Amino acid sequence: MSEKPKFVYVIYIASTPEKVFRALTSAEMSKQYWSGNYVESDWKVGSPFVLKLSRHEKEDITGEVLEFDPPRRLAYTFRPHHGGMEGEGASRVVFEIEAHQDQVKLTVIHDGFEAGSKVFEAISKGWPHVLSSLKSYLESGKGMMAPWYSDDAKRTAGAA
Amino acid sequence: MDAVFKALADPSRRELLDRLRADNGQTLNELCARLAMTRQAVSKHLAILEAANLVATVRRGREKLHYLNPVPIHEIGERWIGKFEHSRLQALSDMKRALEVGDE
Repeated sequence: MSEKPKFVYVIYIASTPEKVFRALTSAEMSKQYWSGNYVESDWKVGSPFVLKLSRHEKEDITGEVLEFDPPRRLAYTFRPHHGGMEGEGASRVVFEIEAHQDQVKLTVIHDGFEAGSKVFEAISKGWPHVLSSLKSYLESGKGMMAPWYSDDAKRTAGAA
Repeated sequence: MDAVFKALADPSRRELLDRLRADNGQTLNELCARLAMTRQAVSKHLAILEAANLVATVRRGREKLHYLNPVPIHEIGERWIGKFEHSRLQALSDMKRALEVGDE
């Protein structure tokens, strides 16, 4: 992809590259910070990648593992099948993990969108939340429910 | 968080962020082209924004591309805006935008 990336997000997390990598690739851990959604794959390059969506049965985000290089680099393609995004081709997500003194610098690059992409709009809202929830989960053990999942949040708050 | 507020307190730095918001992934040269600031000033402001993590950079060949990184601003929102206020605030800001456009 020679075109310049559309989105580059960076977050610093007080953790280790190994833990951050595990959090990005473990179903159990991702569930804790991804508003109940979770990743599923055997993480072999070329294998399917699925982001199971807690609110959309049978409409998971699908893709393919492009790179798996623990604990430094992870990449997969990304294709939602809901909310009017089902016609769009796959975009690409790359995670870069670097130790930075006692913190980890996590860079997320998401690119390869079609012109006028709805996925692009959705992810620009989604990633900042997922990343700050991941930070909160790794630093304090608690992830955060996305505010636009407010029905779920009320239910969780009621149950807690 | 101090670094974020300090970085945002300067109008030139906010202008740089506005320019990245309009066109993400610019080089230093591109950013300098349309600004009434010296190259050194732009470069210094970008370094402060990068240190506050409001700007993220990626290298592409010999070029360094600058991106608006919304994550720290999102964290500020998360700290003071409650879960259930989010949709009410969104409604208010949509209303403000709609009314202000209507006035033109």
